[in-house]
Amino acid sequence: MSKRIGSAISRRSFVKSAGLATGSLLVGIHIPASSEQKRMPLQQTLMNSFIRIDSDSTITLLANHSEFGNGAYTIMPMMVAEELDVPYEKIRLEPAPTRPEYYSPIFREYLTAGSVTTGSCWIPLRTAGAKARAMLLDAASIKWDQPSENLYTSDGTVFTKNSQQSATYGDLLHIIHADGILPREKVDLKDPSKFRILGKPSRRHEAPSKVDGSAVFGIDIKLPDMLYGSIARCPVYGGTAKHYDASASLKIPGVVKVKEISAGVVVLANSNWAALKGRGALKIEWNEGPNSSLSYDFFFQEYRDLANKPGIVAENIGDSIASIELSDNVIESVYEMPYLAHATMEPPNCTALVTDDRCEIWSGTQSQSNDQKVVAKLLGRPEQSIIIHRPLMGGSFGRRAAKSADFTVNSVEAANGEGVPVQVIWSREEDIKGGHYRPLFVHKLRGAVDDDGMPQAWHQTVVGQSIMDGTRFAPAFMVNGVDLYSVDGCLQEPLGLFRYGTSYQIPNHRIECHNPPKIGVVPMEWRSVGHSHTGIAYECFLDELAAAGGKDPLDLRIALTKGNPRMHKLLKLLKEKSNWVKPIGKNKGRGIAARVYSVSPIAQVAEITMNENGEFTVDKVICVVDCGFAVNPLGIEAQIEGGIAYGLGAAAFGEIELHDGQIKQSNFHDYNVLRIAQMPEIEVHIVSSDEPPTGVGEQATTPIAPAVANALFNATGTRVRRFPLAKSGLKLV
Amino acid sequence: MLTLDINGKKQPINSEPDTPLLWVLRDELALTGTKYGCGIAMCGACTVHMDGEPVRACAIPIEVLGNKKIVTIEHQKKDGLLSLVQEKWLEHDVAQCGYCQSGQIMSATALLNENPNPSDQQIEAAMSGNICRCGTYQRVRNAIRAASDTITENASL
Repeated sequence: MSKRIGSAISRRSFVKSAGLATGSLLVGIHIPASSEQKRMPLQQTLMNSFIRIDSDSTITLLANHSEFGNGAYTIMPMMVAEELDVPYEKIRLEPAPTRPEYYSPIFREYLTAGSVTTGSCWIPLRTAGAKARAMLLDAASIKWDQPSENLYTSDGTVFTKNSQQSATYGDLLHIIHADGILPREKVDLKDPSKFRILGKPSRRHEAPSKVDGSAVFGIDIKLPDMLYGSIARCPVYGGTAKHYDASASLKIPGVVKVKEISAGVVVLANSNWAALKGRGALKIEWNEGPNSSLSYDFFFQEYRDLANKPGIVAENIGDSIASIELSDNVIESVYEMPYLAHATMEPPNCTALVTDDRCEIWSGTQSQSNDQKVVAKLLGRPEQSIIIHRPLMGGSFGRRAAKSADFTVNSVEAANGEGVPVQVIWSREEDIKGGHYRPLFVHKLRGAVDDDGMPQAWHQTVVGQSIMDGTRFAPAFMVNGVDLYSVDGCLQEPLGLFRYGTSYQIPNHRIECHNPPKIGVVPMEWRSVGHSHTGIAYECFLDELAAAGGKDPLDLRIALTKGNPRMHKLLKLLKEKSNWVKPIGKNKGRGIAARVYSVSPIAQVAEITMNENGEFTVDKVICVVDCGFAVNPLGIEAQIEGGIAYGLGAAAFGEIELHDGQIKQSNFHDYNVLRIAQMPEIEVHIVSSDEPPTGVGEQATTPIAPAVANALFNATGTRVRRFPLAKSGLKLV
Repeated sequence: MLTLDINGKKQPINSEPDTPLLWVLRDELALTGTKYGCGIAMCGACTVHMDGEPVRACAIPIEVLGNKKIVTIEHQKKDGLLSLVQEKWLEHDVAQCGYCQSGQIMSATALLNENPNPSDQQIEAAMSGNICRCGTYQRVRNAIRAASDTITENASL
């Protein structure tokens, strides 16, 4: 199977100007036809930037968002299919090239991130489908000399109203070519009441290939004459080789070459096993560099100290400081969250071919624009000369959007000068020790409760490294010197790019932030980004204020969201669906958390049981979500189940420890992740909505940790403020 | 040169005898449905059957295999248990990123072959070595139960 796939990929990529580049009828939604695209075989018609139809009626969607489990490859064909009147399962997907017409309208570059894919595609892909259908109607109209009002489409075929004549889409392409039919300027999109695909539970488009092993991930790419590379890296992140001896490696059968690259020393061989053995046989003396003295204890201590000092004010509503000063019901807490690795199931890998006039990359990436820029700079070549082929990805969670393009750069450097493709697969140890993490954070919170038990003042100081400072995203994300990603999830009002707040109204609300210098490992986005730590600090401390005011934590949240109808309604639904008022029983606890991430409100109740050994189970999670129009309810449920599993595993065990510059954890035996026995039963309720669709990919990750911590408090009366929970002696079983 | 019995076929193998089965399957035989995930038998992404038992291909050098029969996710036998499990996997829309799913399906198939009617605890025990970072576990359970129901129904006909 893979041999066939490998040769298909190589054929496609080694033959210049194949496929897209030979299109003759490209009339893009974003750009007009270029002369290059006017050369096209008659059997294929590019209806617009996104849709190609072959004469055998095969419909291909040029997919401009990555598939890494997020369901992008299902919702995209659903949107096109709805307007084009074909079954979505029949649409082929082909990754769109890294060109401006495929940039996300939100990010204005080629990037799949931020749980915005559904929203980004909603209008462009339906429009692409509708415009393609209109061209086919225009062609049929010429063919049968009938006004297009007298025609209709169904299942990939145009019919006359009386159904006496019909033509498949493929049959009509020659008329489009012969008559030079162009897309209409404007088309009407279907009214949602007429939807037959959108809004219906739809199974994953590429699932068949994922149950028989035929799905091609980056790690599965096989190219002619390809070499395999394995990299020896300095045990201290950022260190370099001072001296290395490759003589033993080069004696291993299959090892072809050993050379230094910026990440360390790479062994090139004709099999993975030879490359791994060759790496093991290297003798290397390292220059550990500036990070060798760093330990995470140092960071925690420094951040705790900083949390007591005034930071940059990110938000100041009312006068929290004075209000807390005057109150006689004040509480104060510090929450601490560790470094977290992403640990995608498919370890980072990339295949690269670099010749004098060509650089092609096969890389599972969320961020083609970024990788193209980084590699172009590295090689000193024009960006558009860097060709990126994007296979399926075995999970990402932010990892495959590294601004350093680290694993892609590794492979390009390894391949540079070789003239043949080189595939570098990271070992799991390289991945866990890879130095790209959710940064560690310390949050100090002070709050005051009024005589009625309502939160009167909130003062939170957030301390942790910025993700965006110093990157090309800084102008958009750094506001008054604060990284929005550090405080996203704490702010009560919208700020900068983020057009949503917590949904709560607390009359005095002050958020300060310290973004200490970016030294040591690289701070990175990790599923739900800022919310992965702000969610814990905010929702646990809100629970503390509820207790201090003698309020039920869910009723308090309902009371605080009167000004936010979407969340207010959602919380009332959650109260009902979780049987919140019903006593839960001995040794059990219930906890609530409610968050707004990337516009979508989401709330969860977690139910836990403690046993006598201090171990606990998470028995059930009831999740309510409002993500606007629910494009694919089955996919939404999957994202919520997955978001909860990802967040719960991290809350329970996730921690990367840095001692003397070295990462202690190395593989799944010491970087524990959620396993099947620990998976709670999950019940999802999606509220019906006519609002435009918004995301669900990261939303469910943020409430689960605080909901479980609050449930543990409910069961035991003890607050956990240092994460993961295992660090506080609470073991999830 | 070694000969291995892979998916019902005798295959001459050029790889070095100490090579883990995982890399022989992937790099020499191009059976890339079996995945690398950890290299130390901790994640289950490389699960294959060895004489019907689920094993981690990353931790088995081919020199110890002898005549043992290896079955991978690519072994398509119509009406077989593997096909049934794959069908239930699709019905329950289990896969997300899909990377661990070959291993999950091979573990599930071995379980059902051994025990067509497993309890929830037996499902958890059999599947505990298979990590899924996308969190498809609830659907894995449901798909295994559904496959079990079909086997039980067919047996009682």
